[in-house]
Amino acid sequence: MKIYIPRDAAAKALGADEVASAVATEAAKRGLDVQIIRNGTRGMIWLEPLVEVDDARGRHAFGPVAPADVPALLDGKLESLGAVEDIPFFARQTRLTFARCGLIDPLSLSDYEAHGGLAGLRRALGMAPGEIVAEVTASGLRGRGGAGFPTGIKWKTVAEATADRKYIVCNADEGDSGTFADRMIMEGDPFTLIEGMAIAGVGTGATKGYVYIRSEYPDAIAVMEAAIRIARVSGLLGASVLGSGHPFDMEVRVGAGAYVCGEETSLLNSLEGKRGIVRAKPPLPALEGLFGKPTVVNNVLSLATVPVIFEKGAAHYAGFGLGRSKGTMPIQIAGNVKHGGLFETAFGMPLSDLVIDIAGGTASGRPVKAVQVGGPLGAYIPVSQFDTPFGYEEFDQKGGLIGHAGIVVFDDTADMLKMARFAMAFCAVESCGKCTPCRIGSVRGVETIDRIAAGDPAATVILTDLCDTMRDGSLCALGGFTPFPVMSALRHFPDDFARRKEAAE
Amino acid sequence: MSHSTAEAPQGDLSALISEHSGGEGPLLPILHAIQAAYGHIPQAAIPVIADALNLTKAEVHGVVTFYHDFREKPAGRHVIKLCRAEACQSVGGAELGERVLARLGLDWGGTTANGAVTVEPVYCLGLCACGPAAMVDGKVVGRVDDARMAKILTEAGA
Ligand SMILES: Cc1cc2nc3c(=O)[nH]c(=O)nc-3n(C[C@H](O)[C@H](O)[C@H](O)COP(=O)(O)O)c2cc1C
Ligand code: SF4
Repeated sequence: MKIYIPRDAAAKALGADEVASAVATEAAKRGLDVQIIRNGTRGMIWLEPLVEVDDARGRHAFGPVAPADVPALLDGKLESLGAVEDIPFFARQTRLTFARCGLIDPLSLSDYEAHGGLAGLRRALGMAPGEIVAEVTASGLRGRGGAGFPTGIKWKTVAEATADRKYIVCNADEGDSGTFADRMIMEGDPFTLIEGMAIAGVGTGATKGYVYIRSEYPDAIAVMEAAIRIARVSGLLGASVLGSGHPFDMEVRVGAGAYVCGEETSLLNSLEGKRGIVRAKPPLPALEGLFGKPTVVNNVLSLATVPVIFEKGAAHYAGFGLGRSKGTMPIQIAGNVKHGGLFETAFGMPLSDLVIDIAGGTASGRPVKAVQVGGPLGAYIPVSQFDTPFGYEEFDQKGGLIGHAGIVVFDDTADMLKMARFAMAFCAVESCGKCTPCRIGSVRGVETIDRIAAGDPAATVILTDLCDTMRDGSLCALGGFTPFPVMSALRHFPDDFARRKEAAE
Repeated sequence: MSHSTAEAPQGDLSALISEHSGGEGPLLPILHAIQAAYGHIPQAAIPVIADALNLTKAEVHGVVTFYHDFREKPAGRHVIKLCRAEACQSVGGAELGERVLARLGLDWGGTTANGAVTVEPVYCLGLCACGPAAMVDGKVVGRVDDARMAKILTEAGA
C-alpha cells in the first residue's frame, strides 16, 4: 500500500510532517507494509494535510488529516473524500502546467517520465533551434511573472544574439503576496522546471541556467537542489542533454529578502553579487543580461509550461484561453477565503466564478469587500467589477493587472485606507532607491494617507498628484505601479477615506 | 537554529569563502554561508571577503546592508518571522503581529532581553491560503492564532 503525504510547505505548515511520522509509527506497530511518498500538494490548501491512500481500490483522499486520525485512517474507518479528481474544486480545472503536481513523487525521474515527463524535451531535441522558438511563439505563451511579454519573442532575441556564452535565468523570487504557484511546482514537480529550462537552453543556445529562489522558500530550495543533482546523474543535465550533444547545466541561487530582486534587472545584479539596484533598459537583458551576456529571464511558470507545450503541441496549448491571453493560468486563491488554493484554468473565467463559486466566499463567512489581484502592485477590485474575465487585456482595461495571478480576498472588515497605506509603506521599505518618485514619494505617500486619516480634506488631492508622479517618473513597476492599489482603494472605497474626516470633524 | 555567535576564527572564515568563491557571482552565496555558520555577518568578515573577491570593503558592506536577510548583529537563539503581507493581513495577521510585539515589549527586529527570541517581519512565505503564516527557526507554521503563538513563544523561552 502506498500512502501519499505532501511535502509541500503549506501542507507542512498545517502538520503534514507530524502526520507522516504518525503513519510511519502506526504502520510499523501493525506490521503493515506501507510505502510513504512525500508528494507535492494537489493544491486544495483547506484540505491539507491531504493524505491519499493507494490500495487495491485505487487512490482515495482524506483531509484534513490530523495525527490523531491516523489509527482510523489505517483501520479504514476514516471517511474518505473519494478520488481527488472528483472533488469539485479539482474537477473544474484544466491542469496543463500542474498536471503532475501532487500526483507523482517529485524526486522520482521515472515517475516523472511515466506521466509524460521528458516527452517535450525529446521532441524539442529533434527540432532546429529556430523551430523550437517558433513553437513557443505559436503557443501564445506570455510571461507569467507579471508583465505578460510573449515568451517566444524574448527567446528569439536571445537565440539570434551572438555571444560566447548565454544564460537562462529562472525568476523564482515570487514576492507577491497571494502567490505560491512557483513554490508549489518547485516542491511538487521540479523536473518540469528543469525540462523547461533545458528546452530554453537548447532553443536559444544558452548553456547555463540559474534558478533564483527567494530565501523565504527553504523547502523549494531543498527540492530543486535535490532534483538538479538527480538530473545531472541521469544525464538530463550536463555536457550532453539526454545524449543530444547539447550542453546545459543549472544551479540554484538563493535571494536575500529583497522584494525588488524579483524585477529582472535587479535580479541579475543580485546574481552577479551586487546590490539589487534596478538597471535602466535598454540594454535589454535578452541582449546584455547576466554578466553582460544575452540572457532569457523567465518566471518559473513560464518555463514550467514549456514542456507541456512541446509534449502536446503549440496548437493544443493555444486552443485554450481568451483573446490574446492564450492557454491556462494557475490562479492562486488566497487570503480570507473558504476554499483557498491553486486553480489552473483557461483564461477567461470571470472573477465572481473564482471567488464566489469556486472559492466559496470568505473564510470568515462575512461578505466579500474586495479582492486584490496581482500582488502588492495590483489593484483592489470591488464586487461591482467581479464580472471581469481573467485575462491580461481585460484587467488592464479595468485599471488593474493580473500579475502572477494571485487573488487575495478581503471581507467587509477590511479597512481600505489601511491597505492603501500599507502599499505605500511596502514600497518605501522595498524601494531600491534609484529614483526619487519611488524612494521619497512612497514615504510622502504614507504621510499623506496619515493626513487623510487625520481628517485633512486637501490631502486626497495631494495623494492623487503624488500617485501620478510615481506612475510617470519611476523606472520600474515598484514605484510605477504602487499607485494601482492606492488609487483603486481611494476610488472604489471612498467611504473608508471619508469616514475618518467625519470622525475628526 | 541556535547559532554559535562567537567571532570567526580567521581560518574557518577563509575556508568558507574559498568553498564558495569558485562560482560566478559568488558574493551572495558566501554571505549566506557565513550567516549560516555565525548567525550574522561579523564585521571582521568584510575585509576578508573584500580581499578574496577583489572588491572594496565599501562594496561588500553595501551589499550586506542592501538585503534584509543579512544581520550585522547576532539574533536571539530563536528567530520568529511573522508575515506582514496582504494575504495574511486579510485574516488578522497584522493584529496578531501587534499582539506578539506588545506581549514581548519589542519592535520589529527586536530581541527579548533574555536573548531567547528575535521577531522579524517577512513579506510573504507563500502560505497565502493558510495564513496568518510564520516561520519559526526555518520551519513553516500556518493558521497561527493566539494559542498557537503562545505555545511557540513558551517553547522558545520568550
Ligand atoms: C518590483 C518587481 C517585482 C517583480 N517580482 C517578480 C517575481 O517575483 N517573479 C517574477 O517572475 N517576475 C517578477 N517581476 C517581473 C520581472 O521583472 C520580469 O518581467 C519577469 O521575470 C519576466 O519573466 P516572464 O516573461 O516569464 O514573466 C517583478 C517586477 C517588478 C517590477
Ligand atoms: S521605481 Fe523604485 S524600485 Fe524601481 S528602480 Fe525606481 S527606486 Fe528602484
